[in-house]
Amino acid sequence: MAECHPVGFQWVMEAKARGAKLIHVDPRFTRTSALADVHVSLRAGSDIVFLGAIIRYVLEHEQYFRDYVVAYTNGPVLLRDDFRDTEDLDGVFSGFDPEGRSYDTSSWQYEGADDGGDDASAAKDAAQAESHGSGGAPVGEGEPRRDDTMQHPRCVFQVLKRHFSRYTPEMVEEACGVPQDAFLRVCEMIASNSGRDRTTAFAYAVGWTQHTVGVQYIRTAAILQTLLGNIGRPGGGILALRGHASIQGSTDIPTLFNILPGYIAMPHAHKHEDLDSFIEAEAATKGYWGNMRAYMVSLLKAYYGDAARPDNDFCFDYLPRLTGNHSTYETVREQMKGACSGYFLMGENPAVGSANAKMQRLGMAKLDWLVVRDFSLIESATWWKDGPEIESGELRTDDIATEVFFLPAAAHTEKNGTFTNTQRLLQWHHAAVEPQGDARSELWFMYHLGLRIREKLAASTDAMDRPVLDLTWDYPTKGRLAEPDAEAVLAEINGWGADHAPLSASTELRDDGSTTCGCWIYCGAYAGGTNQTARRKPGSDQSWVAPEWGWAWPANRRILYNRASADPDGRPWSDRKAYVWWDAGEKKWTGHDVPDFEADKPPDHVPAPDAKGPDAIGGRDPFVMQVDGKAWLFAPAGLTDGPLPTHYEPQESPFANALYGQLRNPARQLTDASGGHNLYHPSDGEPASDVFPYVATTYRLTEHHTAGGMSRWQPYLSELQPEMFCEVSPELAAERGLEHAGWATIVTARGAIEARVLVTDRVASLTVAGRRVHQVGLPYHWGPNGYSTGDAANELAHLSLDPNVHIQEVKAFTCDVQPGRRPRGRARLALVDEYRRRAGITEATGREP
Amino acid sequence: MPLDPDPATSVGYTDHPDRVGFFTDTTLCIGCKACEVACKEWNHVPDDGLKLTGMSYDNTVSLSADSWRHVAFVEQHKPVAQEDGGPGELRWLMASDVCKHCTHAACLDVCPTGSLFRTEFGTVVVQEDICNGCGYCIPACPYGVIDQRKDDGRAWKCTMCYDRLGVGLEPACAKACPTDSIQFGLLDDLRARAHDRVDALHAAGVPEARLYGHDPTDGVGGAGAFFLLLDEPEVYGMPPDPVVTTRDLPEMWKRVGTAAVALVGAAIAAFVGTS
Repeated sequence: MAECHPVGFQWVMEAKARGAKLIHVDPRFTRTSALADVHVSLRAGSDIVFLGAIIRYVLEHEQYFRDYVVAYTNGPVLLRDDFRDTEDLDGVFSGFDPEGRSYDTSSWQYEGADDGGDDASAAKDAAQAESHGSGGAPVGEGEPRRDDTMQHPRCVFQVLKRHFSRYTPEMVEEACGVPQDAFLRVCEMIASNSGRDRTTAFAYAVGWTQHTVGVQYIRTAAILQTLLGNIGRPGGGILALRGHASIQGSTDIPTLFNILPGYIAMPHAHKHEDLDSFIEAEAATKGYWGNMRAYMVSLLKAYYGDAARPDNDFCFDYLPRLTGNHSTYETVREQMKGACSGYFLMGENPAVGSANAKMQRLGMAKLDWLVVRDFSLIESATWWKDGPEIESGELRTDDIATEVFFLPAAAHTEKNGTFTNTQRLLQWHHAAVEPQGDARSELWFMYHLGLRIREKLAASTDAMDRPVLDLTWDYPTKGRLAEPDAEAVLAEINGWGADHAPLSASTELRDDGSTTCGCWIYCGAYAGGTNQTARRKPGSDQSWVAPEWGWAWPANRRILYNRASADPDGRPWSDRKAYVWWDAGEKKWTGHDVPDFEADKPPDHVPAPDAKGPDAIGGRDPFVMQVDGKAWLFAPAGLTDGPLPTHYEPQESPFANALYGQLRNPARQLTDASGGHNLYHPSDGEPASDVFPYVATTYRLTEHHTAGGMSRWQPYLSELQPEMFCEVSPELAAERGLEHAGWATIVTARGAIEARVLVTDRVASLTVAGRRVHQVGLPYHWGPNGYSTGDAANELAHLSLDPNVHIQEVKAFTCDVQPGRRPRGRARLALVDEYRRRAGITEATGREP
Repeated sequence: MPLDPDPATSVGYTDHPDRVGFFTDTTLCIGCKACEVACKEWNHVPDDGLKLTGMSYDNTVSLSADSWRHVAFVEQHKPVAQEDGGPGELRWLMASDVCKHCTHAACLDVCPTGSLFRTEFGTVVVQEDICNGCGYCIPACPYGVIDQRKDDGRAWKCTMCYDRLGVGLEPACAKACPTDSIQFGLLDDLRARAHDRVDALHAAGVPEARLYGHDPTDGVGGAGAFFLLLDEPEVYGMPPDPVVTTRDLPEMWKRVGTAAVALVGAAIAAFVGTS
């Protein structure tokens, strides 16, 4: 966090100053480790073993928060008798179809509930798991059976206990390379700092997500935090430290293919023929997702205004449809096949920053047109004249038909708008200066592009053009540059009622077309016609929760699910951790924050059996976005690769799976060999796996920003980290003859790069399964353009993805390292070919389930 | 040598603000180098060359004409070896160094043009439009802080953002520091705060915490920028016992004078002798 989020790290330092203990778990010793009370170095790719073993510790030592678990989680709920755990099937769950690499989730359901659950293969295809970013997936109707003693062998709690029983301290030592005493120290620190009086927070970044089991990493932490009672309470939670500014915002109002604003699923071409069938399929019957029709209709009204009417399904037919997976890596495959012909890159540099960078460039070389909006001539804008494939002769500039447009972009200091941070806090930023020259904001670009397209289509009578022509596209503009008014956009996102007065809460949204709202979870950000996100009242002038600094979704709530900060009867779990509580005299919920609960629903409220939507949530059920109001220790629906996290080795690993016969995540998403550009290495136990003996992991440095577009052209940042380097332990340096500050060549079946060498104890070699394993640290900021240059680490990475959200596995893959600089031109390809031959790699390698 | 502990008073300011300074608490430094960048942005300092040094994450190496803040990175095992022969616990020390704005500033003493001067805040500033590039100040600095810019010959160093102080702003580095490792304020307040911090660290089981440059009785009369360190100053590249290089000058000149008189006397005697 100090390494990649130094400004946010000030709050960790503040907590430390108040006595908080800081634990850092990371394969390398970073600037965070330097300030931590405890640093644990583990093998990249083994985190589920580490976290799973803490879960086991907490269960075995009775350190979980029992009252919280019984009341607020699905721990007491019974599973069906046909559910089989990884304990029974050597590393897979019941319902697995090896042919389709997917699960039928029906056996994961609760006993007593109807057969609910997702069709996991379809969900995987369309990445619909992401639509649960604001709450749980639907489960079947009916009341599941419970055992509040949590003794029944089929209750979630006992299944969980059995599932994690083999995640022992010994196994942590064996699989993670972490000495048992270091592991147990972490367990004791976390367990002793959780309970009625104390809470522990987890923070993670892409080190957890960029794996073929990325979502399950987070699930493991979620289970642990739920068992400890650290969710919905002050000082608790799991904080996702996003990759750059407002990535939370660009998930809430998504730049993703598979969701609409507010985590509403993107309609599917065949499953969702009309609005009714869409709502039927996607809305939950219970909890706040029960109001999805109101959210969706209000969104359509924001998009299409007067054109959206009840008699035309509010223009639901205008929305684009999914036909399958259209994620970024799938798009690259479509480009390579010639099926995707145009591409906008806005503030993104995939030629450096995306896994298997070569495939990114080869895809772009097949486009008809490419628009790059950035500050500088990044590699994604110049690959056609000076990229690695031009040097190797694989591409010739004369043969590339892609028309490339480079448009200069305005910086954040030159535009108005919001950042949404990991706490869901929207903070407005004001333009300090006007952009220079031809540089424009994204808002300007999209708005004026829309105006021009609409002008060209104005005379069209083709029904296909109605979705563009009927859009409400009338933002007021200001100034010399005709910059659209960003506050007008925020007002549209907030929404208004029939009287055009701004709404103040999503509970005011209606499904009859009388309200508009561009993103239901942001409803209230412009309440009273005031930009709530621009509030900057100093912390010293308000309560410690600071509700008048910016605005947090939903409803300016600073902690989600905060009803869990009170016990089932509505009393704070302890005075020290009091946050919101039931005021029996006033008969309402009150406290330091906006209660995340219906204000007048008493703790003893029992919903009617036929209640729908929020009415179906009981007075003791804090997790109001979930259909059952419970935190899910076991996920009967919503995940494509298992209801409980399970350790699988990365796609490429020098080790067998110490826990199960199943080596890799059987449901992982494999990209095809792509003309020999996406080949995998053999793992341990497979022939010639020793050709790639080392574990590579990519990461960022404080001094640079992601793929370098904002930093490698800045002299003041470039001089601080002037060129690409790799970090290796003294042991690995000795083994391969690497010289400190000299050069190394790093090779995989995808490519070969060179880097300067830093030999350092900060990247530890570990003993795993009785063998020494060396890890190679690779910052991924560099490419050939700019002041500060170097080869891109992503040349080495493969495309084997997490099946839930299609993220690449760049935090753990295998490689070889040799001293010296890499060969130039064609010789570079020959080196990679030679490695492929030596390792016996074919298009089938590493593709077993 | 003026004995007045307040340097602004000692050079003749009568109605001046209290002396300001930096307290750099290296136990809070996360090595983000925001201080280096903010300093350059504010003061229009050019980049200092792009060279990977291999010295941990330190590619700035030292304070110079083009680096007025420098974050040192020290990877060490503490202790170096344990009883069983294995290395001690890995530590990564980070520390942001800067001009010390000495109470007795030799750079200022030797400057022949008056380019270097003592400000009303008690800080030491070079005036770029007066400096003639003679370079006397460079060997005079006991810390090796001040430096000549190669392409223009003039001397450059931290001004403690004199222009910002003048309008009531804190220096850019302190403003940018996310963890308050760099604290700006009235020097007396900072010294009191620093002693409290050392006491707190000692009580918290960090016996190696110590102050550097805080003591008005040290060789430079106390620094206007002082530090809390976790190891010997040499570990961070700082001199252990800096002395203002002009301290002995009066005594030296006295001896030179005596010697010169003696020499002249001897020469006269010689002439007298030969005539």
